Amino acid sequence: MTKTTKQSFTRRGLLKTLGAGAGVAAASNFVPDLARFAHAQSSGPIKIGFQMHATGIGASYGRWYDRTTQAAVARINDMGGIGGREVEIITEDDGTDPKRGAEVVEKFATQHKCDLAFGTLFSHVVFGSAPRAGELKLPYFVVSEGHHVASGKLNRYTLQPGITDVKSQVQAMAPFVSENLGKKITMVYPDFAFGHDHRDFFSAAIEAQGGEVVASIPIPPTETSFTKYFPNIPRETEVLYHVMVGPGVLTFVKELGEFFGPNGPKLFGFLDSLEAVSLASPGLEFLEGSYFWEGSPRHAQADQSEFDKMYRAAVGVDDMGASVDDPKDVSTYSHMFGCWETLNIVKAGMEASGYSGPNDRAALIEAVEAMTDMPHSDDHPQGAKVFNGKTHQTFGHQFISQVTDGKLVVKHKTSIEDGMYADEVDYTTQSF
Amino acid sequence: MLASLEGAVTAAILALTAMGLSIVFGVMRVVNIAHGEFYMVGAVLAWVVASLVGASPAVGFVAALVIAPLVVGLIAMAADKLILQRLAYDPDRTIVATIGLLYIIQQTTLMSFGPDARPVQPPFNTRLSLPWFEWGENGFEMFWPWGLSITSYKLFVIIAACAILTGLWLLMTRSKAGLIMRATQQDSETAQAFGIPVGQVYSYVFGLGAGLAAVGAVLVVPIQQAHYLMGHDPLLLSFIVVIIGGLGSLPGTVIAAFLIGMSDGIISVFFSPTLAKIIATLAVALVLVFRPQGLLGRVER
Amino acid sequence: MTNAQRSHILHFATIAVLACLFFVLPAYHVGNLSRIMVLAVYAMGFNLLFGYTGLLSLGHALFFATGMYGLGMAMNNFGMASEPAILIGIICAIVMSAVVGFLALRTTGVAFMIVTLMFAQAGYLTVLYFGAYTRGDEGFVIPQPDRMIAGIDITGETSRYFAALILFAIVFLAIAHLVRSPFGRTLIAIRENEERTKMLGYDTGRHKLLAVIVSGTISGIAGAAYALLFGYAGATFATVQYSIFPLLWVLLGGAGTTLGPLIGVAFMFYLIDLSSSITQAYMLIAGVVLVVLTLFAPQGLAGELRRRLFTWLP
Repeated sequence: MTKTTKQSFTRRGLLKTLGAGAGVAAASNFVPDLARFAHAQSSGPIKIGFQMHATGIGASYGRWYDRTTQAAVARINDMGGIGGREVEIITEDDGTDPKRGAEVVEKFATQHKCDLAFGTLFSHVVFGSAPRAGELKLPYFVVSEGHHVASGKLNRYTLQPGITDVKSQVQAMAPFVSENLGKKITMVYPDFAFGHDHRDFFSAAIEAQGGEVVASIPIPPTETSFTKYFPNIPRETEVLYHVMVGPGVLTFVKELGEFFGPNGPKLFGFLDSLEAVSLASPGLEFLEGSYFWEGSPRHAQADQSEFDKMYRAAVGVDDMGASVDDPKDVSTYSHMFGCWETLNIVKAGMEASGYSGPNDRAALIEAVEAMTDMPHSDDHPQGAKVFNGKTHQTFGHQFISQVTDGKLVVKHKTSIEDGMYADEVDYTTQSF
Repeated sequence: MLASLEGAVTAAILALTAMGLSIVFGVMRVVNIAHGEFYMVGAVLAWVVASLVGASPAVGFVAALVIAPLVVGLIAMAADKLILQRLAYDPDRTIVATIGLLYIIQQTTLMSFGPDARPVQPPFNTRLSLPWFEWGENGFEMFWPWGLSITSYKLFVIIAACAILTGLWLLMTRSKAGLIMRATQQDSETAQAFGIPVGQVYSYVFGLGAGLAAVGAVLVVPIQQAHYLMGHDPLLLSFIVVIIGGLGSLPGTVIAAFLIGMSDGIISVFFSPTLAKIIATLAVALVLVFRPQGLLGRVER
Repeated sequence: MTNAQRSHILHFATIAVLACLFFVLPAYHVGNLSRIMVLAVYAMGFNLLFGYTGLLSLGHALFFATGMYGLGMAMNNFGMASEPAILIGIICAIVMSAVVGFLALRTTGVAFMIVTLMFAQAGYLTVLYFGAYTRGDEGFVIPQPDRMIAGIDITGETSRYFAALILFAIVFLAIAHLVRSPFGRTLIAIRENEERTKMLGYDTGRHKLLAVIVSGTISGIAGAAYALLFGYAGATFATVQYSIFPLLWVLLGGAGTTLGPLIGVAFMFYLIDLSSSITQAYMLIAGVVLVVLTLFAPQGLAGELRRRLFTWLP
């Protein structure tokens, strides 16, 4: 997709630069100004490698991550770039595959000479790519909502400053669910790591609220029909908590409706199930009145903020959360704001650290680690956030919406503290 | 009970798709890796046709049911003429070529149709449900909706699949075309000697096989959605069904589709879903281990 | 010069060229080549069974993943060092291939294909089912500080490259030797005509079982090496796709040739890599190239070289 300039260096040259880079990085820990001093030499654009799910299972998300990224970069460049330098996005498809993901990270670092890599959503791709990013000392900003970064399994070069993680999201839901919907909950989730995270974190959180998970029904990932699992839902269930991903979700919701008809338990779902899917799709009428977690309200609300209005227009999303060019093309609104916000954080971090080239990568990470409060603004249209530099993870507001006349209407906005939990790692103690 | 009805729907679709593969496999001895993609294209075309016609869901659906398999069949025939025939149906090379075909079809669909799952409206979809009866503490109790629940459309799928399979069986056993196909299957050289245009027959068979996959797909889209990666699982399942049923045995294929569709649903009642899949998969593998020729296959000489 | 001598020279020259490439190529391609060599080991394992013995397995991802998880879980869940973990990965692969071989070899032809496919599918689902230990589809990272062999940190570009090269060279030479040995010749005889081989008094069943075990073990070693060198183990590597890849590589490179697997892996890698830098529709290009290749190079790239230029090619 993109071609960069031909390389003219040798292996040895590279090893030398890397060595020198490490030296500068080490020195900059003690003498911060040295780094700034070393680089007036670099000019040309700042290159950001965008790891895009253009093909494979993540393609629906990838397309919208791309649009958001392009819009965010256009805005940054209009405002004068980063530290006066233009930003260039170099896109590579990772096929939503962890092996290709790692290869793409290598390509960003060694061939495109990117300043950093960014934009991965699917957790397995993050896991496959992060070790390589750490080894190549390439800052890697993921937009994945996985609990991988904050769990301490990754490394100092991997950060998630633009989107909250699943542990935080799930935990913040528990008070609302137990107070307003019911205390006996059955969970239906995909039988892989993402689903297990939901099961474990939500079970713990709802018990803390005095509720109880009465049954949990894992669905194998190869499944295409779901009705046969529904009789396993205990009859005492008050709330059915569902979170599914992948192309089967529409079927899932539809069959759920066909099974329960008008007399089922209350439904609470994660909108992950229906990202890029219109709520007006045939078969989804049944969701009327049910509740959803949203990362960012898809349908423009009555009290829509100026920031959301600006962001929507910049990306090209209408008030119903679809593309302005094609109302059938629904966005992944609960996730893609993470790309926008992450790029603005990169800009802020680079400008704070006086970033001028790959030798300053460590300084960039330190600058981001030093960030804490991020106010609701054009840079952060989803809402205010608090970044935890030790765990490399951000915390923010979540939304709970009810489907009302086919529209998602926000009923509750959680506080940032609702999603906080004890640190599981301190990346700042790791060396660069 | 519910599990078996759901199983029957799965089995019906599977039987159609696998039958397509079975005919191709049986007559031409070609391992068509792209078979699942023909299924996928069928589903995607169903969406395209249904949204173009736009009138009522029923008209769109019927139009899709006619047009999609025809178009898919033609694509398959073209692929056969352009590629497979030139490979002389060499087993190894056709595998690579059909993998190539898989890539081409998938990418083309991604570029034209997009990555999102698209639903097609069923022509009719009445919800039928029976309550669950239980002798509880307070005597006889009824529970909604934990009993039987199915939609009229799902029942229609089962019936339609049976009708199409019967038609196919008549075609294969009673018509001249069927005779030619069976002759080619048994001994293509002798068939050629008797003046049968084997090349033509192969093209039609390949088209017919792909068309059957597409019919299965059109029937399934009102239940599931059209998605550009949906061809993967039907391919694997069809393969398994064809081999379990016994190579080239059409009744065997139907029986195997039925067994696999049902076993999946029924085992999942007793075990956690993923464990059920593991057990079902191993069970099917062991059937083959101890009966390598499949259920109704003859021992190959 | 005899053909045997020529092949020896060719094999050593291949290894020497790979060693030299490290100093010549830019960093990006050095990284790629490390990966290509590890995957070529996988392809060579597959080739032994498919190319030389004539048994088409569609379940080799199971062996690859067994080695990967054997090593990965030993290190991740039991905190073992790399060396014993490698051993565990290999032992797991041997046991797995012996069991699968014992059962699957009761079948032949397409049934063998399907049985191996289903065993692999069951293996994939097992990885997901035990998600509490394997982290399912998400997989897990093997921490960088643990990835040492004999005190050498293999996470650097140089040490990784040479670790991959040493592994590749050992397997490459071993297979080149094996297929010229009486054992290897028996395998080829089985490929050409199993009945006749049996009639000549060879125990074909035992030979085939051994072939599955050796092939599966080599694939497992490749899986373990991948996890160790690139720091990641995940269920993706147990999917059907990763069973089809080695078949594709071997058919492209040339089945039953010693160089074929390496050529096939490298070709496929750069086909995807280069076409993806031209257009987003790289799968389309890859698909067309595959179709064209089967039309014009029916025996794979190395097979075609052998047919047209060097009839002595091993």
